[in-house]
Amino acid sequence: MNNTSGFSVVRNQLFSFVRKEFYHVLRDKKVLLILFGMPIVQVLLFGFVLSNEVKDTRIIVIDVARDEASRQLITKLGASRYFQIDHISTNESEIEPTFRKGKIKAAIVFPVNFQQELQHGNQAQIQIVTDGTDVNAANTINGYIMSIIQDFSLESNPLQKMPYRIVPEVRMLYNPQLLGAPNFVPGVMAMVLMLVCVMMTAVAIVKEKEMGTMEVLLVSPMRPLLVIISKAVPYLLLSFVNLSIIILLSVYVLDVPVKGSVLLLMSLSTLFIITCLSLGILISIQTDSQQAAMFASLIGMLLPTIMLSGFMFPIENMPWPLQLISNIAPSRWYYIIVKDVMIKGADFSSVWKETLILITMTIALLAISMKKFKIRLA
Amino acid sequence: MKTYLFHFHEMESANSNILSIQTEKLTKRFGDFTAVNAITLDVKKGEIFGFLGANGAGKTTAMRMLCGLSTPTAGKAVIAGYDVYKGTEQIKKRIGYMSQKFSLYEDLTILENVSFFGGIYGMSSAQLKSKSEALITQLGLENETKKLVGSLPLGWKQKLAFSVAVLHQPEIVFLDEPTGGVDPVTRRQFWDLIYDASDAGITVFVTTHYLDEAEYCNRISIMVDGSIAALDTPSNLKKKFSTESMDDVFYELARGAKRSGD
Repeated sequence: MNNTSGFSVVRNQLFSFVRKEFYHVLRDKKVLLILFGMPIVQVLLFGFVLSNEVKDTRIIVIDVARDEASRQLITKLGASRYFQIDHISTNESEIEPTFRKGKIKAAIVFPVNFQQELQHGNQAQIQIVTDGTDVNAANTINGYIMSIIQDFSLESNPLQKMPYRIVPEVRMLYNPQLLGAPNFVPGVMAMVLMLVCVMMTAVAIVKEKEMGTMEVLLVSPMRPLLVIISKAVPYLLLSFVNLSIIILLSVYVLDVPVKGSVLLLMSLSTLFIITCLSLGILISIQTDSQQAAMFASLIGMLLPTIMLSGFMFPIENMPWPLQLISNIAPSRWYYIIVKDVMIKGADFSSVWKETLILITMTIALLAISMKKFKIRLA
Repeated sequence: MKTYLFHFHEMESANSNILSIQTEKLTKRFGDFTAVNAITLDVKKGEIFGFLGANGAGKTTAMRMLCGLSTPTAGKAVIAGYDVYKGTEQIKKRIGYMSQKFSLYEDLTILENVSFFGGIYGMSSAQLKSKSEALITQLGLENETKKLVGSLPLGWKQKLAFSVAVLHQPEIVFLDEPTGGVDPVTRRQFWDLIYDASDAGITVFVTTHYLDEAEYCNRISIMVDGSIAALDTPSNLKKKFSTESMDDVFYELARGAKRSGD
C-alpha cells in the first residue's frame, strides 16, 4: 500500500501477526494444556511429591527409660512438624514388625537409665533405627532427629560446658531444613521455560512450513525477519505468564520466597527466554516437520536441561566429558542464576558471569539462525 | 454466476500493450541440474496466462523466481515493472500468491484469515473493514464469517484463498495449481473469480494439471524439461498440432520429456 508509511505498515503487519498467533495458541487445547497445565503440575509435583523433604514422618519410640528426660525429648520430637509419633512402647521387639508393615520410617530407642547417664556421666546414648532401603530418606530423617536432640541437650543444659566433647554441627546454608522446594523451583523454572520457548516456538514455525503457509508469508511484503520475530513474540509473552505462575506458586504454595531482587530475577529470566527462543528458531529453520522439530527440542534440549543443568544430578559428580558438555546447556547457567538470586538473595555482581555467557549464547544462536535462514531462502 | 467462456477470447482492453511479466532467458541451476533453462515469455496486463508442464518440468521453480522467492542463476525478469534481482521488495507489494498447498489457517475464522492476510500486506483496519466486507459479499459468505475455515468444503476454501490473494489489489496474481482436488462445477465457479480478477485488470499467472482449464486461459505455455516447448493461444496450439483437444497437444509435447516426476 503506497499511501501508508513504512512504520504503520510494519505495525499493522506485526499486530495482525501476533493476534493470529494468539488465536492459534488459545484455540489449541493441547497447546494450552502444555503451556499452562505443565508448569503448575511440575511445580507442585516437584515441590510436594518428589521432594526428599521430611514431613510428618511416622516414628515409633521405644522408651525403656521412662524417665523425665526421655519424656521431654519425646514430646519435643512429637511437637516438631517433621515427625509424628505412631506409638510409644517399651518392647524393642516391636520395631521390626512395625517397620515391615510400612507404618514407620524410623524408630528411636531410649535405654534404661537415660536420664541418670545424662545427668551424671554427661553422656547418654540413644539408638536411631532407620530404613536403609531408602538411603536418602534415612539420611535426612537421621539429620532431623540429630538436630532435635542437639537442640534438646543445649536447652536442658544451657550453662553446662562440654569441654571434651566435640559436637559436629552441620548447617545447611540457605536451606537449613533441607527442604525440597528450594532445590526444585529453579530447576522447574529452567525446564518449563526451555520447553515452552524452544519446543513451542520451533513447532509453531515449522507448522507454517508444513502447512504451506510459510510460502505465502514469504511472498508477502512482510520481511522474513519480521515474520520470525512476530512468531516469537507471543511465546515471549506467554513465557512471562508462565514465569509469574511459577514464582507465585513457589512463594505462596511452596513457601520459597524470592530472596533477591524480583526485578533482577525477571530481567535475567527474560534473557534466558530470549536465549531459548533463539534456539527454537534455529531448530525450526533446520527441520521441516513438526515431529522432527519436537524430537529435536525434546531430545536435544529438554534432556540436557534435566540431566546436565545440575538440577537433578550435581555437575561436580559427573565424568569430565559430561561436565564439558554441560557448559553448552543454557539452562545450566540459568539454573545457577535463579538459585543465586532467588534462593541465596545474591545481587547482579555475583551472577554477571552467567549473564554474560547467556548473552553470548543468544547472539551466537541468532547469528547462526540468520545465516541459515538466508541460505534456505535462496 | 456469470459465465465468460464465450467472450474471453475476444478480450481487448486498453491494457493489452502493458507487460506485467517479462522474462528473457531466465535460468535456475541447482549445482549441475538446470531446473529452468532460459525461458523467455511476456505476459500482458490483465491476461490469463496458463503455465503448463508435467511434474518436474520446472514450473514451480520458474514461478518461485517470478515471485521473488528464489534468485535466478542467469537471465532477466521484470515483474510489475521491477527487476527480480533488485526490486523484490517492490514486487512483493504488487503480487498475490496462492500456493499449491491450501494456504489459509484452518483454525482461524473466515474473517480472521482475511484480516490477517490484509494485515501482513500492511492494510490499516479501516481499509481492511471495507475490503473484507466486499470480499465476503462477493463470495456470498455473509452468514459464515464466524466459521472456522477448517469446517468449510474444499471448494469454498479455495475460492476464499483466491479472494484473499487478490485482497490487496495486486497487479499480478500467481496461482500454483489452485483447483487441485475439487469437482468440475466448483472449478468453473473458481474460474469465474479468475475472470472477474482479470476484468479488473489483474494479470493471472496460473499453473494447472487440468487441460480443460488450459482452454480457459488467454495464452498458455507448456514446459518440458525446464524449457518452454510451446507458447500460444490454446486455439493456435491446437491448429499447429492439427488436433481438436489440448490433451493431444500436451501429450505430443510431453512425450519427449526426459525428466518426470518430482
